[in-house]
Amino acid sequence: MDARFFGAWMEECARVVHEQRDYLTRLDAAIGDADHGNNLDRGFTAIRQALAESSPAAPGELLTLAGTTLIRKVGGASGPLYGSALRQVGKALGAAERVTLAELSAALEVGLQAVRRLGSAELGDKTMVDALAPACATLSRAVTDGIKPLEALRLAADAAEQGAKDTVSMQARKGRASYLGPRSIGHQDPGATSTALIIGALRDVAARSS
Amino acid sequence: MVGIVLVSHSLALAREVAGLARALAPRAAPVVPVGGLDGTMGAGLDKLREAVHAADQGDGVILIADIGSSVLTAKLLVEELDDDSVVLADAPLVEGAVAATVMAGAGAALPDVRAAAEQALTTGKL
Repeated sequence: MDARFFGAWMEECARVVHEQRDYLTRLDAAIGDADHGNNLDRGFTAIRQALAESSPAAPGELLTLAGTTLIRKVGGASGPLYGSALRQVGKALGAAERVTLAELSAALEVGLQAVRRLGSAELGDKTMVDALAPACATLSRAVTDGIKPLEALRLAADAAEQGAKDTVSMQARKGRASYLGPRSIGHQDPGATSTALIIGALRDVAARSS
Repeated sequence: MVGIVLVSHSLALAREVAGLARALAPRAAPVVPVGGLDGTMGAGLDKLREAVHAADQGDGVILIADIGSSVLTAKLLVEELDDDSVVLADAPLVEGAVAATVMAGAGAALPDVRAAAEQALTTGKL
């Protein structure tokens, strides 16, 4: 996978987040402050502009630029969280012009650790970690098992989607939703939902380019 | 003197807390309010970095944040600066700001200012 592939991933994220903006905001209105869809839409639009102005030749540099742009442009928790995740994934990929699925899998794990550290969130707290962690674990296992990249990414995207759905029955322990206590149960977490969209976009771009 | 940066979702709130802390401290330490991090096109991290520079007199800077993304942004900046003289306190905004300003105004070093602010987290009111 080269920089063009990762540029296409960011493009697809921007498209799908824009398309699902109102849905994400509706989820956030139930248990948060109703800004998630708009914030992410603004952020990925900014990433699209930043990549149009300067298109790094290495996947790592491209994702680092994308992450820095998110941190700069997005308020709310999603800017710092998604921004530092992308930035750490980018740093982990380094300056190589092509990366393997195994390298991407290891880099996504670094991104997950960045989110956990910054948000002090664990599995089961009803956050984006609940979608990202199963996606990373599934991808890592698929790589170890020698499963073909496209199928591995499909499994990872399924795991993220299932992880997002599983947040419905959880009680929020982080973020604004945590103030609701047991009342947060019964709603799907918007952060986990957008994470599933982003991993789904990775699968779709891989499917298109194969 | 140790500098203090107050981070809130609302710049108005951060300013008022800064005013209160200054009014309650016998000697004025540098207190810089920063807020509105959620504003459209909010350059949160950049604004915060400028505030830290403004508060820095060479004796270190302590950040005190209110909730949610204010904490995340402050944590991210501290991580990025990777400088022992810039720390984020685990403290409530109002009580922490007052405690830190009083302590910093008395000429205390950064660890003592931080301890004073963080004590506010566990000190009950009743």
